[in-house]
Amino acid sequence: EEKQLREMLARYRGVWVFIEQYDGEAAKVSWELLGTGAGLAKTLGVELSAVVIGDHVGHICGEAFAYGADQAILLDSPVYANYRTQPYADAICHLVEKHRPEVILMGATGQGRDLAGAVATVVKTGLTADCTGLGIDDKRNLMQTRPAFGGNIMATIMCDKFRPQMATVRPHVMQMPERKEGRIGRVVRETFAPREEDVLVKVIEVLNDKDGKDQVDVAAAEIIVSGGRGLMNKENFSMLQQLADELGGVVGASRSAVDAGWMPHGRQVGQTGKTVRPKIYIACGISGAIQHMVGMQDSDVIIAINRDPEAPIFQIATYGIVGDLFQVVPALIGRVRSMKSQRGGTEPERVAV
Amino acid sequence: MLVISCIKQVPDTTQVKIDPVTNTLVREGIPFIINPYDTHALEESLNLKDRFGLRAVALSMGPPNTEATLRKAAALGVDEAILLSDRAFGGADTLATSKVLSAAIERLNDQEEVGIVFCGKQTIDGDTAQVGPGIATRLGFTQLTLVDRIESLDLVKKKIRVRRKLEGRHEIVEAPLPVMITVVRELNRPRYPTVPMRLMAQETEVKVWDNSILKLDATTVGLKGSPTWVSKIFSPERDQGEIIGDGINDPVGTANLLIDKMVDKDMLAV
Ligand SMILES: Cc1cc2nc3c(=O)[nH]c(=O)nc-3n(C[C@H](O)[C@H](O)[C@H](O)COP(=O)(O)OP(=O)(O)OC[C@H]3O[C@@H](n4cnc5c(N)ncnc54)[C@H](O)[C@@H]3O)c2cc1C
Ligand SMILES: Cc1cc2nc3c(=O)[nH]c(=O)nc-3n(C[C@H](O)[C@H](O)[C@H](O)COP(=O)(O)OP(=O)(O)OC[C@H]3O[C@@H](n4cnc5c(N)ncnc54)[C@H](O)[C@@H]3O)c2cc1C
Repeated sequence: EEKQLREMLARYRGVWVFIEQYDGEAAKVSWELLGTGAGLAKTLGVELSAVVIGDHVGHICGEAFAYGADQAILLDSPVYANYRTQPYADAICHLVEKHRPEVILMGATGQGRDLAGAVATVVKTGLTADCTGLGIDDKRNLMQTRPAFGGNIMATIMCDKFRPQMATVRPHVMQMPERKEGRIGRVVRETFAPREEDVLVKVIEVLNDKDGKDQVDVAAAEIIVSGGRGLMNKENFSMLQQLADELGGVVGASRSAVDAGWMPHGRQVGQTGKTVRPKIYIACGISGAIQHMVGMQDSDVIIAINRDPEAPIFQIATYGIVGDLFQVVPALIGRVRSMKSQRGGTEPERVAV
Repeated sequence: MLVISCIKQVPDTTQVKIDPVTNTLVREGIPFIINPYDTHALEESLNLKDRFGLRAVALSMGPPNTEATLRKAAALGVDEAILLSDRAFGGADTLATSKVLSAAIERLNDQEEVGIVFCGKQTIDGDTAQVGPGIATRLGFTQLTLVDRIESLDLVKKKIRVRRKLEGRHEIVEAPLPVMITVVRELNRPRYPTVPMRLMAQETEVKVWDNSILKLDATTVGLKGSPTWVSKIFSPERDQGEIIGDGINDPVGTANLLIDKMVDKDMLAV
């Protein structure tokens, strides 16, 4: 039995990353996964493949090579123009059966989670959600570490008797790999495509939230100044906006601040909001509930300003200031402004004097 | 036609701890709640019952004490509450969980056509968002995840149109019934049970289906039917932070200290 299992496992080789795309533009999380996948493929001594599905998406293969893929498996057909579960899941299942990869990674996004859950069920294999760490053990099995219970605990999940081993990973959790222009790879063109008549779901309309509404994408920002219940009201957020403007960043919020209507939901950081990984995260009047911290704990530098020295946020802060944010934040703004003016910026005060 | 809501009983998240000696989850004394997203799934099934006269059924897989959770659903007005409980179902991952839930839905479908299955977007304990897609795939129902609005439901043509909430965009899609829908918080505001309803729920029978009823191959459910397993469980590690200056008595000096430190370490360019 043991021998049979080993033979079965040995028939599966290679690491795949599903490249998520909308309108021919790949999601950044897919490149982050190529970075992670490259490390796994190297340890396993196998190739890293990008799976590219869509309509007129051939150019994405070239980008995938630049981000580290050795090979791109391409399915290009009008039926794949808009993501829909059924044709995409059928396509991946077909490719899995044909090429038998040992690992498949997808983004833990709306699309990735929708697709991964369907594929794993058809293929009858394990799927580990929202991994924050991936490694290989001494038996070539994927060790998948993920938070559960809202981040209160971490668990390492194994799927050692089934292949492929499937995992989803949240955006901004893994490092972005370096883009090497001119790096080349092999394109494997596949032809599998269901007929449009056989696809039950029809996409009637796509509404881009960016049109008219909040333009800011906290998840993409390098500096985030976030506010929580300690801000007391909506108007006080303009103070955070000033600090963010001075630093070249954007304003984020805790769920309490969003629920109170002080900031739009798109700015919420945390388990039920965005996962962010900026260079600097400044938490003002945020206690540091676990559901908030899972969304920002991987930031390079975390600064916490809170008047309660026992606030949990201080445990993950690189630098903490125990104090009243209504005194500290204006002082920070003042310091940054005066430094800028000393360095000969075109600050109006300076010209006026 | 039936509308089914799948509801999971979950512990109140923030209170789960790991026993430092045994390295397992401490479950004693933790209050249980209906998974918050599932209250919206339940509410939508009741909405459709009220508007279209569909029969609403709530399903939950879990240990015997899950009956209390189903009774809460009954208090809100579902026509039938069914607990799927058997020792063989324990220790399930998402693949094995969707197996049991979809077998129960198939069984219901044999009596009366199932039009819509509602699930929550995800749970607050396992957190995977995988069970809904698992159910849809097993049943061959069309899968519509992350729905924040039901645009229209046409029971004659058996068509549904919904709005899906994705990253930075919404999508309006149409599909023929039957469908499996996962719901987000924005979909509705869950109702509260009235006193008479609560009293009536006390009388409501919660049916229990074990594996002698579902008759599933024991190697495809529970721990045995789960391709994934938890090999290690631990508390997330965190670095202790450095507290700067005296922010209470000298906010300005402390702010200056912080900015200077960051500029020195090349973290900030001003
Ligand atoms: C399933 C679930 C999902 C959740 N998802 C999220 C999520 O995605 N994101 C999220 O943020 N939360 C989430 N939460 C909520 C989370 O548990 C907390 O309730 C929330 O993060 C608290 O927000 P807060 O820190 O702003 O408020 P509080 O916890 O009330 O903290 C306010 C802090 O401000 C400090 N303060 C007050 N006044 C001042 C002042 N003048 N100067 C300095 N400090 C001051 C106080 O000392 C306190 O520490 C979720 C909860 C659940 C159950
Ligand atoms: C620490 C830890 C980590 C885990 N990691 C994984 C993992 O990565 N992969 C994996 O496959 N399993 C994992 N599991 C197991 C998984 O949590 C359970 O199998 C659970 O039965 C279903 O998954 P979920 O809670 O994530 O549900 P989700 O898929 O998040 O639930 C979505 C919806 O499905 C419905 N639903 C889910 N469970 C039930 C139920 N029992 N009864 C009725 N409706 C239900 C609800 O409507 C719910 O809102 C893990 C368990 C633990 C303790």
